[in-house]
Parts: sequence; C-alpha cells; structure tokens
Amino acid sequence: MLKSRIIPCLDVKSGRVVKGINFVDLKDAGDPVEQAKIYSDGGADEICFLDITASNENRDTIYNVVEKTSKKCFVPLTVGGGVRGVDDINKLLNCGADKVSINTAAVQNPEVVVDSSKKFGSQCIVVAIDAKKNKDTWEVFTHGGRNNTGIDAVEFAKKMENSGAGELLVTSMDRDGTQIGYDINLMAKISSKVNIPVIASGGVGNLDHLVDGIKLGMASAVLAASIFHYGKYSVKEAKEYLDSKGIPVRI
Amino acid sequence: MKVTIVDYKSGNISSVINSFKEVAKDKVNIEVTSDLNKIKSSDKVVLPGQGSFKSCMDALNNIEGLVDSLNEFAISSKKPLLGICVGLQMFADIGYEETETRGLGWISGKVSKIDNQNGKYKLPHIGWNEINIVKDSKIFKNIENKSHMYFVHSYEFIPSDKNVISATTDYSTNIVCSVGKENLFGTQFHPEKSDKIGLKIIDNFINL
Repeated sequence: MLKSRIIPCLDVKSGRVVKGINFVDLKDAGDPVEQAKIYSDGGADEICFLDITASNENRDTIYNVVEKTSKKCFVPLTVGGGVRGVDDINKLLNCGADKVSINTAAVQNPEVVVDSSKKFGSQCIVVAIDAKKNKDTWEVFTHGGRNNTGIDAVEFAKKMENSGAGELLVTSMDRDGTQIGYDINLMAKISSKVNIPVIASGGVGNLDHLVDGIKLGMASAVLAASIFHYGKYSVKEAKEYLDSKGIPVRI
Repeated sequence: MKVTIVDYKSGNISSVINSFKEVAKDKVNIEVTSDLNKIKSSDKVVLPGQGSFKSCMDALNNIEGLVDSLNEFAISSKKPLLGICVGLQMFADIGYEETETRGLGWISGKVSKIDNQNGKYKLPHIGWNEINIVKDSKIFKNIENKSHMYFVHSYEFIPSDKNVISATTDYSTNIVCSVGKENLFGTQFHPEKSDKIGLKIIDNFINL
C-alpha cells in the first residue's frame, strides 16, 4: 500500500537555513546540509528546500547547497524558490535535486511547465500554488504571496495537471505561519479535481493538523516547516502519531 | 572492478551517480559515460531512465552504436546489468507511452499505463510503497520482504513470462516492481532514492 508522505521544508536564504532546528548538539545550526541529513536520518520521506534568497548576487548559493545535500541524503529532494525557466530547472537537477517546484513562472508562463515536463519528465516537475481565499473561491498569488493574480486556484490546478505537472504543492496563504491547521477545504477541493498527487502546505501547528490534511484534505503528502524546525515534534513522532490514527506511513 | 552508469543524455542521473559513489567509496571505480568501449569493458552496467519510454529509447538510439554495445554487454557477454525505472522498462519488447515504441527486447513483455481504476487512484504512483519479494534475487540479499521503496511512475512493465518477476507492489493493481533474468536485473522503484535500504540494493548489485 502506498504510504502518506511527511515532507519537512527548510527555508534557505543565501545558503543558510533561516528557521533552523533548535538542537543543542548541532555544529552549525544554519547549515542546510546538516539539517537535511537530520531529517532524512529521522525518517523524512522527502526533503524540501525553499530558496528565499532575495538578492540576485546570492542566488547561486542554492546550487552549492543542493549539490552537497544530494551527496548525503538518499531520499528525494525538492527545491523551489526563484525558479524562472528551463535553464534553472536543468541546473538544479544537475546539482542533484530530484524535483523542482515552480511557482511564479508557472503562472506567468505555463509553457515553462509544458516544456520542462517534456524535457525532464513530469516526475520532477512540481507546481507550487499559493492560494488565498476570496469569498467562496481561492485566488492564485505569486511573488511569494505578494501579487494577487485573480486566477481561480482550482482551475489553475487543473490547468497545471494538463500542462504536465507531476505533483501540486498547495499552500494556503491565509494559513501559512498561523499554526492553526491547513485550509482543508482548499486541499480537498483541489485534490478531488485533479488526478495527480497534492502536497498540503501552510498552517501546521500540531500533529492532528497533519492527520486532517491527509484524511480530510485528501492530500498524498503533508509538508511542514516550523513544527519540525523548532523541535516541537520530530519526524519520527509525527509518523508514529499518523500510524496511531490509522494512516499508513513508512516507519 | 569497474561499474559504468550509462549517460545517454536523457533525464537526471545525478542521484544515481551520487548513490553509487556513496556505496562504492574508493573500492569500486564508478564511471559515468556513453563511450562504447568503456561500456563494453565494464564489469557491470547501470541503465538509468527518467522521462518517457519513448524519449529514453530515442536518446539511446541517438548515440550511434550504443544499443549494439548494450546488447553485446548484456546478451552476448551476459555481464550484470541493472535497469532502474525506465531503464528497466526498456528491457521490454514494446512500450506504449506517447506512442508505440520498440524497446530493447531483452525480456519479453510490454510497458503499459497503470490501470488507475477510472481515476480512483492518482497517477503518477509517487511515494513509498512496500515490495513483495516473490522470488530470490541476488540484489535482494539481506533485504526484508515488505521493505519500503520510493516509486515515481505512471507506466508498468508487464513481462510475458511471470517467472522473471522478483518483486511486486500493491497500488491500484498488483504492479511488477522488480525483475531478474540471468544477468539482467531491474527495479521499477528508485534504489538511489530509497534511503539506506535502497543503498543496500545498490551494494548488492556492486558486490554480485
């Protein structure tokens, strides 16, 4: 039976982890490679890096981070943030990323998704959708949640599936950072509309939220950042909890 | 000993390279090439594969003499070869992804889309799934039955002779996920992305 996946996400800025795990025995709390290794040793099903480097001169630091991580972690590695086109994707894959997530570029130019999934295969193309509720619908935001495109998120999800995306990483902008749980309605709506896996993101504050994301939100995988970063829960604890709630996980 | 990972300019093979180098350390020489002579003189060959069956076959056929060299290595010389994901699928006679495409024809059978039961199951089949080991295989030495492996695929290899099947996995249907026939080994899952247990399979292959 296919297992539900738990994916810890690390925010990386200029090659350094921004919100790190608070472990006393960490040699270097800002080193993304070391943190990714802790997650994979702890049973993370995949690792996700989100590059939030703002300035252009430090953009290349992510390649170095990916290259080093992929030599130490032997679970799938997804990298997103600032991916503009096929060249960026190619470079990240060559450095050892297994999947690349595309956000703003997929909205501005959906052909990027068509071209890259043809060139590299759908298996490595994840489209990241940042959505915010507006009355009864959700709208797609770009540029790290700053720009409202007015595009309907559910329709956009379907379009991305048809364009060749292998998975969708759906983040609720309303919930992100709140720790009050995923936007279950958004996840369920998109998951039931598309036939590719949905990764739920944004809002996790406790382990029940992960359960809800899978059971109610119908997500194939759940992504979380802060609950793992601050050592509130380990990946192992999260998996054991899901298991106790009858959700099949890899233990 | 020399193990060659065939680089035929299709898809992303860096994870395969990293995992083999991690397992091999300094004991075994891992070569990444499409050089025909280097392939022929190897002790073992790894055939990775990402993207579609058609794009991978096209890429193999685009390098002059590569398919002949692989045939010589795997069929005439009967030296150990491991196919991963589409690398395994290409063992088949024919594949139906994008359009009907001839495979290498090493193990009789076809590659068809996974039956997702009218949309009841999502495709690609992505994530960790348990393998049911149905036949002894040297690459499964010290691998427990029901071990978890990482999968990403929408198509499956259906061999004509069921005796070649060494492991299956349960998704929408019972899917063949590993085959073995004499010197040929193949995994539909990605040992290079399957954590320590996956590296053990790579170690088993290197130590054949």
